[in-house]
Amino acid sequence: MALTVVSQIFPREMIPAVLPLIEDKLQHSKEIIRRKAVLALYKFHLIAPNQVQHIHIKFRKALCDRDVGVMAASLHIYFRMIKENSSGYKDLTGSFVTILKQVVGGKLPVDFNYHSVPAPWLQIQLLRILGLLGKDDQRTSELMYDVLDESLRRAELNHNVTYAILFECVHTVYSIYPKSELLEKAAKCIGRFVLSPKINLKYLGLKALTYVIQQDPTLALQHQMTIIECLDHPDPIIKRETLELLYRITNAQNITVIVQKMLEYLQQSKEEYIIVNLVGKIAETVDTYAPDNAWFIQTMNAVFSVGGDVMHPDIPNNFLRLLAEGFDDETENQQLRLYAVQSYLTLLDAENVFYPQKFLQVMSWVLGEYSYLLDEETPEEVITKLYKLLMNDSVSSETKAWLLAAVTKLTPQAHSSNIVERLIQEFTVSLDTCMRQHAFELKHLRENVELMKSLLPVDKSCEDMVVDASLSFLDGFVAEELSQGAAPYKPHHQRQEEKLSQEKVLNFEPYGLSFSSSGFTGRQSPAGISLGSDISGNSAETGLKETNSLKLEGIKKLWGKEGYLPKKEGKTGDETEVPPVPQESIIMENVDQTIIKKDQSQVLTQSKEEKEKQLLASSLFVGLGTESTINLLGKADTVSHKFRRKSKVKETKSGETTSAQNMPCSYFSSSSDVTYEDDYYLDTLQDRGDKELNKFSLNSELLDSESLTELPSVEKLSSCTLSTPSLFTDDMEGLHSPLSTAASVANEISLASSLLEETSEHMHSDLVEVCNNETISVSSYKIWKDDCLLVVWSVSNKSGLELKSADLEISSAENFKITEQPGCCLPVIETESIKTFQYSVQMEKPFTEGNLFGFINYQMMDTHSLQLEFSVNLSLLDFIRPLKISTENFGKLWLSFANDVKQNVKMSESQAALPSALKTLQQKLRLHVVEIIGNEGLLACQLLPSIPCLLHFRVHGDVLALWFRSSCSTLPDYLLYQCQKVVEGS
Amino acid sequence: MQFMLLFSRQGKLRLQKWYVPLSDKEKKKITRELVQTVLARKPKMCSFLEWRDLKIVYKRYASLYFCCAIEDQDNELITLEIIHRYVELLDKYFGSVCELDIIFNFEKAYFILDEFLLGGEVQETSKKNVLKAIEQADLLQEVFFLCCLTKAIGCLGEVWEGS
Repeated sequence: MALTVVSQIFPREMIPAVLPLIEDKLQHSKEIIRRKAVLALYKFHLIAPNQVQHIHIKFRKALCDRDVGVMAASLHIYFRMIKENSSGYKDLTGSFVTILKQVVGGKLPVDFNYHSVPAPWLQIQLLRILGLLGKDDQRTSELMYDVLDESLRRAELNHNVTYAILFECVHTVYSIYPKSELLEKAAKCIGRFVLSPKINLKYLGLKALTYVIQQDPTLALQHQMTIIECLDHPDPIIKRETLELLYRITNAQNITVIVQKMLEYLQQSKEEYIIVNLVGKIAETVDTYAPDNAWFIQTMNAVFSVGGDVMHPDIPNNFLRLLAEGFDDETENQQLRLYAVQSYLTLLDAENVFYPQKFLQVMSWVLGEYSYLLDEETPEEVITKLYKLLMNDSVSSETKAWLLAAVTKLTPQAHSSNIVERLIQEFTVSLDTCMRQHAFELKHLRENVELMKSLLPVDKSCEDMVVDASLSFLDGFVAEELSQGAAPYKPHHQRQEEKLSQEKVLNFEPYGLSFSSSGFTGRQSPAGISLGSDISGNSAETGLKETNSLKLEGIKKLWGKEGYLPKKEGKTGDETEVPPVPQESIIMENVDQTIIKKDQSQVLTQSKEEKEKQLLASSLFVGLGTESTINLLGKADTVSHKFRRKSKVKETKSGETTSAQNMPCSYFSSSSDVTYEDDYYLDTLQDRGDKELNKFSLNSELLDSESLTELPSVEKLSSCTLSTPSLFTDDMEGLHSPLSTAASVANEISLASSLLEETSEHMHSDLVEVCNNETISVSSYKIWKDDCLLVVWSVSNKSGLELKSADLEISSAENFKITEQPGCCLPVIETESIKTFQYSVQMEKPFTEGNLFGFINYQMMDTHSLQLEFSVNLSLLDFIRPLKISTENFGKLWLSFANDVKQNVKMSESQAALPSALKTLQQKLRLHVVEIIGNEGLLACQLLPSIPCLLHFRVHGDVLALWFRSSCSTLPDYLLYQCQKVVEGS
Repeated sequence: MQFMLLFSRQGKLRLQKWYVPLSDKEKKKITRELVQTVLARKPKMCSFLEWRDLKIVYKRYASLYFCCAIEDQDNELITLEIIHRYVELLDKYFGSVCELDIIFNFEKAYFILDEFLLGGEVQETSKKNVLKAIEQADLLQEVFFLCCLTKAIGCLGEVWEGS
């Protein structure tokens, strides 16, 4: 009973709660319960397919159930799944065919018979599945030819059910890879359907014909008389199906008749849904097959007047485009347009006729564009007609706007224009702001006829107008405003950046002030604005040129009154109103330009500096200023190979530390870097004693690097990386000398450096000591390789004795797949040496955190073997890698994933902006930035080996709206948690 | 299958079963619209209807209209047979069923429908199996009823003894 309820409408959120219970019921001894459980699961599959993914194997069991009912129930699930992805279930074709054979052969119990037909529902379900499986697949189709033939033959009885099966058979035969014999039989069946006196069968026959006809049009010819009969059938449904059939066989010859029939039907039908559907079809066929212009226009008129406002907006748009772009033949185009204009005028002449708004809009556009083609009627007359419509109350305001636009287009062609004036008078006081604006535009345009003609050319609707998109003509105006103390406009992102960078905010104020006295304020401020982006930079350049020749007052006026059309106006304004340029100003200008250049270069360096900070790639070096950065990098190249690698490591390291924008932070990160470096060296220099060195590394972390004095080499290393680059090479020597003194360690250094080579290619974690005793110490670090996680254990022998049969073993963990890297297991550890063991770890099942346990066995000289245990913590984050995909793929993936999680996160103050938030996510969580659109961003990552997760985020003030989607249900939750930690925490 | 409706010639709704989540308002609207359309059709007409993007399959049995809404790719004829099988089941259970049976024993009619169709798909095509399930459910109900009855009698007895 409960299972019955579950299978009804069921809330998606509750599925996980009841799912295990239902899974249990699949094993129940009673078949009725098993059957209902399967159907409940089917329902779940419909509601949320991903939540039942893991029990697909159980469906297979259900398919092989000894009870027919359970098996039949499982077919529903398979039908759905095969519909979604037919290639995945090709292997089951054989079993389906066998089942169908058994059913058709009457092997089922008698009580499954229905009117002496064995289990018709089962048969139909199977036939549909087979149809899906065999689609465009010859090999699979071949398997089922026999059984289909058999079904066709068996279904001879004259009963509804057999017809149902036959119909399904025919459907299947036509959807699988064709076989001529079967097709023939199927065609015969269709004939039986169509010719049947029973109306239901006739309907089905027509339906079958509609989809068969695309493959085999001759079949329709055989039944043409029946089809003609059906066209005049009293039942509208039959009629409609016939029209559908005709629509499929439409061609250039029969179009007129077919469209005629369709229009007839259209005029009779009342239901909106049918009208929309049919109008679309008519418009489509008419577009492709129209035989001549007059007919085309007439038909479209009929369609518009019947279809009215319910039709799809694409239809009028397509129609207008067709008119505007025309065909290849120019004279034919003109004819078409002329005919359209004439027909519309006659239509408008008719009194007391209401046309749908869409139709009126189309009319007004056509009249506005192509009225000039008329010979006998002047534009005035057309305008009068339009005016009449405009005064009509039943016309919507949108249509009125179309009409007014048409009037505007016609005005330049008209000679006397009393009616236009009257129109302007009426609409300049209109309550509708849109109309009022149009009226004002028209009024001002009329005052300047030249401009109007250039703006509204005759028959140029297809040609794009050249428009100065950069608004360069406005630069003069902006400059003037600036000189009067107005704040300069800054793009949104720039403002954000300024807020962020706490020191040295770019200040525009001085420029405005200093140049206001020189009297040529015009050009400096555009230069200032150009900082923001490249595009506006270009505009500033053109602006420089144009302000020379532009009369500022004129432009300003234009801007004031023609806010709506500033671009077009401006351009034409440039051309028409060119005043002579006074000589004097040019000289003045040259002087000014040099000053500007200086300023620009200064600004450039500043912005460069800022940019670098924004990129956060230089937390170590940029603190010293831009010059020293270059120097240091230059020097570093000359240093020996080994150490160059290290500096690379440092760079990646410092790139990883994100939020550090301020100087103190960058110092901190650099010092921690040094710590790591030191640490590493100290490890290699084991003979000096672990404890002492640990102390140093601690020191270097805590104290400012300058104050480190204990160990000269450490101090020098840290100081050189931080400040004086010239010291760097010297220190190499300094560092080398203590190393070389410890001769026995020399080999290990090379080993260490080779290891480092690998680590420097990928991101890696710090070295952490996991366990130690008096003889050995084991440290580990993680390398985040692109395809796996590499965990490296380095075992160092601190004692003066040789260790024998040392072996590191990692116990297998539930969720991980661990593989030992070859060539890293060494049975003997020599005195005072380091050995490394590498293991690559793969995650098998997503989880948040886990521990990797292991132990090391070793044997000292002539003592018993000792064992040391340790563990390493691994989090899911260790297995996250950036997923580099394009925006398109992102979109596709986004739609295909069902698990989503949304959450708003408040950002900490230091990073309340998109770029920095993005950086944080990118670096700390290793996400790949797919695209940034305004204040939204797309990120992608994958959980190794290949579970993708997508993130969409948007910034509102200091709130970050995160939206995750993934194919894995736990991944979004976990990532959200991590993001929250990163974004809020730092 | 999207939903199933049973209504009389007067347009009174007798039974409704929805397999897709819809609001009450929508259900009412759909019902009204469909009842009107179906009733307006003449007896000789085709028992399939295209309505919105769905297909309606209906059949009249005596004074009752059985009306199913299916998707476009579903088979109309087999839906007709589903209706017929349901009528057969009702007939067998009630013994020559009439409209009154359904009005007064509507819960039984729902039971039968649930045993036959589940989640919009045919669950059990064997007439015998469906009826067996219904009988069991009836039995369960009776047993439960008897239990309650005996309990109640027991209580009464105690009350009697007490007084």
